Amino acid sequence: MAFQILLNIFLAFIWMFLKAAYDPMTFFVGYFFGLLILFTFRRFFNSRFYLFRIVAVIKLFFIFIRELILSNIAVLKVILKPKLDMKPGIFAMPTELKKDWEITILANLITLTPGTLVIDISPDNKTLYIHAMDIEDAEDAINSIKNSFEKAIMEVSR
Amino acid sequence: MAGSLIVIGVFLSLIATFGVIRLPDVYTRNHAASKSATLGVMSVLLGTFLYFFLTEGHFNSRLILGIGFVFLTSPVAGHLLSRAAYYSGVKLWDKSVQDDLKEQKKKFSKR
Repeated sequence: MAFQILLNIFLAFIWMFLKAAYDPMTFFVGYFFGLLILFTFRRFFNSRFYLFRIVAVIKLFFIFIRELILSNIAVLKVILKPKLDMKPGIFAMPTELKKDWEITILANLITLTPGTLVIDISPDNKTLYIHAMDIEDAEDAINSIKNSFEKAIMEVSR
Repeated sequence: MAGSLIVIGVFLSLIATFGVIRLPDVYTRNHAASKSATLGVMSVLLGTFLYFFLTEGHFNSRLILGIGFVFLTSPVAGHLLSRAAYYSGVKLWDKSVQDDLKEQKKKFSKR
């Protein structure tokens, strides 16, 4: 991915030298044409065309913001309820992600989801131990949410 | 716009404080502290940024950086606090139902 971006910037510079005009506007025009060239030659690269990956990163960012707001509403409800009748607990969740940065992002996302907080990660990086605020209604729903998170992260790293 | 963001942020921080007083054990308190405080501080900073940007036309990039840093670091801080609490033997609330981390902790302490 980094290689494709560097190549695109390089092509934009070549465009600037061809036009003999050195301003940001020419750079962006060259960047756009470089983007078209990279898209045409995308099957010669090992990884995917990098714009798809940037779209996936932006999607992940919006998931982050949405979960942060939803989790705040959930915590607000628990705190302002007159009776303390939640059932907290710690459960284990297996994960398929391999690299350290993927697991870090997944753990951050889970910590910001409604009613869950990561306590520990097993030494072999295969299980996350999660403290849930309300374990009964949470577990199924949370597992499905997490599948979508894992998919979104894999979309970025694939 | 900017004012309402600041009011929301202050309200969320207040709720987080209530949560820390009211909830029964370390882990549930950590839920309140690490989530509501994050969004509270973030929206106060965003409100301040918008105030200076809209009324005085001053683009303060430090506030944006501050939002980014709080957003990245506070979930990690919550995780580390609760992990340290668990391994130094702080008990869960008595009404807690499930504890899958016990076996791993035993293994950890044997070594």
